[in-house]
Amino acid sequence: MVTLGDYLIVSGILFVVGFAGVMLRRNLIIILMSLELMLNAANLSLVAFSRFRVQPTGLPDYNAQVFVFFIITVAAAEVAVGLAIIVALYRARQTTDVNDIKSLRF
Amino acid sequence: MNSLLPWCSLLLPLVSAIAITLFTLRSRALSSFISIGAVLGSFVCSCLIFTRQGISAREFNWIDFVGVFRVPFGFVLDNLSKTMLVLVSGVGSLIHIYSLGYMRDDEGKSRYFAALSLFMFAMLGIVLSNNFVMLFIFWELVGFTSYVLIGHWFERDAAADAAKKAFITTRIGDFGFMLGILMVWAATGSVVFAEIAPRLSILTSHPAFLTTAALLIFCGAVGKSAQFPLHVWLPDAMEGPTPVSALIHAATMVAAGVYMLVRVGFIIQASQAALLVIAWIGTITAMLAALIATQQNDIKRILAYSTLSQLGYMVMAVGLASNEAAMFHLFTHAFFKALLFLAAGSVIVMLHHEQNIWKMGGLSRNLPITFLTFGAGALALIGCPPFSGFFSKDAILAVAYERNMPIFVVGLLTAFLTAFYVIRLFVVVFFGKARSEIARKSNESPAVMTGPLIALAFLATLGGFAFFARNFLVLPVEKNIALFVPALAIIALVLGSGLAITLYHNRKSERFDIELFRRLFYFNEFYSWLINWTQEFLARISAFCDRWIIDAGVVRGTSGGTWGIGALLRLVQGGNLQAYLFLFGLGIVTLIYFAVFH
Repeated sequence: MVTLGDYLIVSGILFVVGFAGVMLRRNLIIILMSLELMLNAANLSLVAFSRFRVQPTGLPDYNAQVFVFFIITVAAAEVAVGLAIIVALYRARQTTDVNDIKSLRF
Repeated sequence: MNSLLPWCSLLLPLVSAIAITLFTLRSRALSSFISIGAVLGSFVCSCLIFTRQGISAREFNWIDFVGVFRVPFGFVLDNLSKTMLVLVSGVGSLIHIYSLGYMRDDEGKSRYFAALSLFMFAMLGIVLSNNFVMLFIFWELVGFTSYVLIGHWFERDAAADAAKKAFITTRIGDFGFMLGILMVWAATGSVVFAEIAPRLSILTSHPAFLTTAALLIFCGAVGKSAQFPLHVWLPDAMEGPTPVSALIHAATMVAAGVYMLVRVGFIIQASQAALLVIAWIGTITAMLAALIATQQNDIKRILAYSTLSQLGYMVMAVGLASNEAAMFHLFTHAFFKALLFLAAGSVIVMLHHEQNIWKMGGLSRNLPITFLTFGAGALALIGCPPFSGFFSKDAILAVAYERNMPIFVVGLLTAFLTAFYVIRLFVVVFFGKARSEIARKSNESPAVMTGPLIALAFLATLGGFAFFARNFLVLPVEKNIALFVPALAIIALVLGSGLAITLYHNRKSERFDIELFRRLFYFNEFYSWLINWTQEFLARISAFCDRWIIDAGVVRGTSGGTWGIGALLRLVQGGNLQAYLFLFGLGIVTLIYFAVFH
C-alpha cells in the first residue's frame, strides 16, 4: 500500500534534486529545467495531499488540485519568459554559462 | 465722574501720528500743523483734567484670564499723574512749536513730527497707566520713538550708532524691569497698582524676594533714566535734533524712570536695602556726570551730562524715600532743562550747527533773548536762590542731610561741581570775544523759537515758588534745618561759580586736560572691550561647535558612515548567480523558521 509519506518522500527527493541542479549547474537552461523540477515536486505533494484528504462525501479535496493547475499555468508562462531571456542573452553573449554573466558585478 | 478727557488726551497724539504717517508725509507743513494741533489739544485736555477733582475714566479689560491674569486698560488719575500730564503735554507743546523753527528746512520734517506725536502718545500712556503691563508697553514704545528720533538724521553714522546704542542699552535695563514685574505678579497675583498695594504684606514677609523685585524694577529706571552704569547712551543721544534732546532726553522720557519709581514707591519703600542701593546709584551718577561735564567741549554734551547729574539727584531722593522731593526736582528740572536745551538749540542753529563751545564766545550781544533765557535756565540748574532749581535741589539736600550724611556730602560736592561747569559753559559761550567768524556774524533766532524760550524761562524762574508749585505738587516739608542746608548749598554755588568765572573769563581754550574726565571715565572703552570679549568668546564657542560637532560629527560622520557601509556591502555583490540564490534560499528558510517556530 502506497501511503502519503511515500509520495512526500518522492516529492522531497525531486525538490532536493531540483535545488541541487539550481545550485550546482552552470548552464542556464539546466538551471531552468531544475527549477521546473522543484515546481513539480511541489505539485506532486499537493496532489498527494488532495488524494489522501477524503471528504465525508467520499470525494478527495479538490482545492489542492485547483492550486496545482494554477502552478502549472504559471510555470508554463515562466518557462516561456525564461527561455526567451536565455535566447536573448545567448544572442548577445554567445554563452549560457552563469560564470560568464557577471556584468552587474561591482 | 466718568469722563472722556483722559482718552482724548492720550489718543489725540496717536491719531496725529497715524494721520501723518498714512496721509500727509508729502506735505511737510500740514504734518507739522496736525502734530502741533494734536499736542495742544492734548495739553488743553490735560489742563481740564488737572482742574477737575475726582475725575475718572472708563476702563476695559484688555487681557482677562479669569482668576489668573487680568490686565485692564485703565487710567490712574491722582495728583501725581495729573501733574505729570500737564508737565509732559505742556513742555511737549512748547517744544513742538519750537521744532517748527528748528526743523524748518529739514527734509524729514513729516517723519519727525509723526515720531514726535507717537512719542507724546507713549509718554502720556506711561503717565496714565494704572498697571505694570500697560506701563511696560508704553515704556517700550517710548524707547522705540526715542530710537527713531535720535536716528532722525540716519544718514550720519554717528546718529545711527547713537540710536542703536540708546535702544540696546535701555533694553538691558528693561529686561530687569520685566523680571521685576514678573516677580511682583508671581507673588501678589496682580499687575494693577491698586490691587498690589493691599497685598503688599505677601511681599514684605519675604525680605530677600522683595529686595530683588524692587531692585529689578529699579533696573528699568536705571536704563531709561540713564543711571550709572547704564548712563552711556544719554550723551550719545545728543546726535538727535536738539528739540528731541530737550523733550525726550532732558524733560520727559528720562524722567519717566523717576516717575515710575515714584509710582511704585510703595513697593520700593518696603525694602530698606533696595532704597540704600537706589540712593547710592543716584549719588554716584550725580557725581560722576558732574565730573565728566567739567571737561566736555560740546554744548549739548555738557547739558546731557548735567541732565544725568540732575537725574542722579532725583533717584537719590527716591532712594532717600522722599518721593515729594524727587517729583519736585523732576518738575522744576523739566522746565529749566528743556529751556537750556532749546536755548542751546537756538545757539546751534544760529551758528550753523556749530556745537563746540570754544568756537563760540561773545554771543550775549548777538543773541540777547537766547542769552537771557539761557541765563535763567543756567541759574535754575545751579540752584541760585530765586530760581526754581534752588528750591527743589535744596529739598533733596535737606532730605539727604536728615537721613544719610555721606550722601549729603557727595550731593553738596556735586552742587559745587554743577555750579562750576554750568558757569564755565555760560561764560565761554556768551562772554568774552567771539572766537570764530560765524559767532561774530550770528543773529537772533525767529520768534517761533524765542517764544517757547521765553515761556519756559518764566516757568523755570517761577516753578520753585511755593505759591506756584503747591498747585501741582505736595511740597516736601522742611524742618528746623531750613536755614543751615540752603546756606551750605549757596556757599557751594558761590565757590563753584566764582572759580569758573576766574578760570574761564576771557580764555581762548581749555585750561586743564584731565584725561580721565575727558574720556568719560573710560566707560565706553570698557563696554566695547566687554562686548568684544563676549562676542569673541561666543564666536569661539560657536566656531568649536561648527567645526567639531556640525562639520566633523554630523556632516562628515554621515557621509563617512554611508561610504563605509557601502564599501562593506560591495563585498556581497560577487556577481555569482548561484551565491545569490543560495543566500535568497537561506533568507527564506530563516524567515520560515522565525515565522513558524517563534
